[in-house]
Amino acid sequence: MKVEKQVTSGQLDFTFTRRAAFVGGVQAAIGLTVAARMSYIAVADNEKYKLLAESNRVNLTIIPPRRGWFVDRYGKPIATNRADFRVDIIPDRLVNKEQTVKTLAELLALSTDDVDRIHRELKLAQGFQPVQVADGLDYERFAAVSVRLPDLPGVSPRQGYSRFYPSGAAVGHLIGYVGTVSAEEYQKNKNPLLITPGFKVGKDGLEKTLEDRLQGEPGAKRTEVTARGKIVRDLATRPDIPGKPVQLTIDIDLHNYAARRLGLESGSVVIFDCLTGDILTMASMPCYDPNSFSDGIGRVEWKMLNSDDHIPMLNKALQGLYPPGSTVKPAAALAMLHHGVDPEETVVCGGGYRLGNRVFKCLGRHGPMNMANALMKSCNTYFYAMGRRIGYDAIAPFSKALGLGQEFPLPFPSQRYGTIPDSAWKMRKYDQKWSESDTLNATIGQGYVSVSPFQLAIMAARIASGLNIQPEIILKKRPAPGRLSFPEEHLAVVREGMNRVVNGDGTAVRSRLDIPGIAMAGKTGTAQVRRIAGSQRGQSGAWKYRDHGLFVCFAPVDNPRYGASVVIEHGMGGARAAAPIAKDVLTFLYDREKAMASLEALEAGWGGNIEQRMASKYAAFQGQPAAPPPLDPTT
Amino acid sequence: MNSIVPAPIAALPWRVIFILAALVGFGATVLYSAAGGHFEPWAGKHVIRFVVLLAMAIAMSRMKLEFWKSMTFPLYLLLLVLLVVVQLMGFVGGGSQRWINLGIITLQPSELMKPVMVLAAAWFFDRLPPNRIYGFDAIWPLGAILLLPSILVIIQPDFDAAIAYAFGLGVVGFMAGLPLIYFISAGVGVAVLAPLVFFFGLKAYQQDRVLIFLNPQNDPLGAGYHITQSKIAIGSGGIFGKGFGNGTQSHLDYLPEGHTDFVFATMAEEWGIVGGFFILFMYYLLMRWGLSVAMQSKTRYGQLVAAGLTCTIFFYIMINLLMVVGLAPVAGIPLPFVSHGGSSMLTMMLCVGIMMSIERHPGAKRGQFQ
Repeated sequence: MKVEKQVTSGQLDFTFTRRAAFVGGVQAAIGLTVAARMSYIAVADNEKYKLLAESNRVNLTIIPPRRGWFVDRYGKPIATNRADFRVDIIPDRLVNKEQTVKTLAELLALSTDDVDRIHRELKLAQGFQPVQVADGLDYERFAAVSVRLPDLPGVSPRQGYSRFYPSGAAVGHLIGYVGTVSAEEYQKNKNPLLITPGFKVGKDGLEKTLEDRLQGEPGAKRTEVTARGKIVRDLATRPDIPGKPVQLTIDIDLHNYAARRLGLESGSVVIFDCLTGDILTMASMPCYDPNSFSDGIGRVEWKMLNSDDHIPMLNKALQGLYPPGSTVKPAAALAMLHHGVDPEETVVCGGGYRLGNRVFKCLGRHGPMNMANALMKSCNTYFYAMGRRIGYDAIAPFSKALGLGQEFPLPFPSQRYGTIPDSAWKMRKYDQKWSESDTLNATIGQGYVSVSPFQLAIMAARIASGLNIQPEIILKKRPAPGRLSFPEEHLAVVREGMNRVVNGDGTAVRSRLDIPGIAMAGKTGTAQVRRIAGSQRGQSGAWKYRDHGLFVCFAPVDNPRYGASVVIEHGMGGARAAAPIAKDVLTFLYDREKAMASLEALEAGWGGNIEQRMASKYAAFQGQPAAPPPLDPTT
Repeated sequence: MNSIVPAPIAALPWRVIFILAALVGFGATVLYSAAGGHFEPWAGKHVIRFVVLLAMAIAMSRMKLEFWKSMTFPLYLLLLVLLVVVQLMGFVGGGSQRWINLGIITLQPSELMKPVMVLAAAWFFDRLPPNRIYGFDAIWPLGAILLLPSILVIIQPDFDAAIAYAFGLGVVGFMAGLPLIYFISAGVGVAVLAPLVFFFGLKAYQQDRVLIFLNPQNDPLGAGYHITQSKIAIGSGGIFGKGFGNGTQSHLDYLPEGHTDFVFATMAEEWGIVGGFFILFMYYLLMRWGLSVAMQSKTRYGQLVAAGLTCTIFFYIMINLLMVVGLAPVAGIPLPFVSHGGSSMLTMMLCVGIMMSIERHPGAKRGQFQ
């Protein structure tokens, strides 16, 4: 039986009171939950959230440091920084790639080559890596992009500095160039500075090897920004600390002159201060223009450089190796003197030297030759005979002592040091015994011998001063170099021979210095590129088979100060191609006006100075189909 | 009472006016700072609205309880009609519309329905004979009262309002003495139905809101942004806050809706947990006042209305604060008396006005002479 439950309003009142109390309790519990949660966030996690609020509010921008300058020994600028306006693309933030690049090309009047480069770099770029659109912009163009920014997400215009090389291509191989950091470099060292738009690192030459010194410390700009990225105010700016300037031993005027004087040739000029070992000039031409390389390399430019058989990408002074030819005869002469050859002893030159059943030819029939005259006439017969007498193993140490085949501790990314062979070397390398014909060839700088123009210049400078100079590119106080082990009277014989080459009845008399009281001494060299075939002696035919022209020299004869080498690839002869350049370059040291006059006359015939010739060449290449360049062409 | 204060003024419900003035004043201070140190566009309006609506509430408090009882059903019907009208206007205007623009103020019927729902439920229980409370008679009319407006607002779609109606009705039913088994089984039912509703009943953006609340870090720049930035604002404020006018989260626009739904975070950034505890304490006083009005009312209608309206206000506070501290999903519910916004202030002051009226007219027990 079911009992009907009776409920009265009194009971409901009672229920109400109890349940109201319960509701009040629930409310209090929820209130306490909120209070506890809030306290937890604001007290326990306070630090964390403060940091988050700060990182919301503050936008940190890195100011790339200005790169240290390169200056020459007199303080003249070689590489500087130019304030400019630039535009970059941050690939990550790019929304419509095609449209953005198109708009930028219109606003900035970019060439198709530039547009092409931008597209290519965008394809290869990682999201974080800025791609340069243009730099060195004037304010109008910069402003034109800046006002369009809301429609161009991912485009970053900013004021910055770009590297400037006043000498252009003349210093390309010496100084190198700068460029944006490659993806691998960033992966190695995830420094946010590396991907800051406008930041460049050295890619070649001294720019690369002295990077740490040149880079400097980045600055930082802290700005307060709203959630929409609008800048409210600048908070604090820590200025950048520019990289330290580097003073080189280079005399930039002389260097530039040498580079210009090389003209259409492919070659190098190296000049030493023969008392200290300071490198005054190290020109290698042709060369890329580091100014345009630092902006990123265009397709046309790359093709132009790459299709040039004069190899503009190679620093010929340090990396070019050549058979030195007769330029090493002074070194051989020193060895002969040391091994007891009387400098007045004569060898009769009948136009060649017979070894067994083979005749080694001389360039002429010189008759009786003593040592000095043999140097003057560059008589092979004399050196064949005397070289054979003492053996090449006796000559090689002297060549090495003069710097040939040696590597020097210099801050260049790579130098090649060539070969000064001897019997042990041949055994090691070819497992063959050294033969007498090897001696004959090596004595006149052919055969296995190969050296760099840089080494030839050191040799000339060491013979000139008798000092064991060590090459140096960075100007600093150094202890005076010690003397070489050669007796002064031996050196005097060799110097006299070299003096006669230019000022006597020698091979380079036409390149005698036209300056009162200053004479140059030298030694020509003509090096075969391939074996003499038939009547063709490397004096005609295709450019790449012609003989190299070499010349080593020092000046002044009576009190030597400068030692130099000039190497002209396929110049057909030292006297013909190299010595006139040496003459003009050394003239520049003593009489700039005279040297400039002869240079300007020559440049008129060549089609302008380096810059003008490169510009017209570039114009000729424009419009031709071209393959894209690698990201880092020098590595 | 022999006092220099005139009797009509002394008779005003000063206790609740002080509480509200403290909340509104503090809210205005926060809004003043959020506007970058200006009364425009929020703080000035906030105070003016309060003053006007307080006058309205005091006027309402003069009405006898019988008036509200008699008005309950007509008001309920009127709002139902308005909900339909709003729906039709939405069809005409294209897209959903929730308000009627009356020129001076905009009427949002779904908002006004929240207190009226409480009145309607109390009205029903007042008429229900006590011994029928366990029967089916006590259930189906309640269902009808709830369902009609709920369907109309869900079409809008305003799911939050429907939940608020159910909450108000549920609280009144609970207070009225409905058997506990109903509430327990409703809780179980929600637990079972919630996943089903989530997967089949909610639209994508509503699902997002729920999911992101559970893990705001998953989408820090999208829908989780609100919660993340709110927590940063509160967390970075610490104990004493960054100081008046120094909140970066709100001033630099990192905190969205910093003057409406997330005003508590704006406040906490500048005033710290000290400011937060002040607001919580004011709400505590307000709730205590509301429940004491309910306890002291002699009539069943008065009891249920006062308790129900207290809980309606509490519902706003709870949802908003739990959301702001990251314990509940983002819902467009403002913080009563602190957030800028006319239509919620109107609802709140209607609740307060009716509760003042109940406080002023406690009435007499059934069968007693008044």
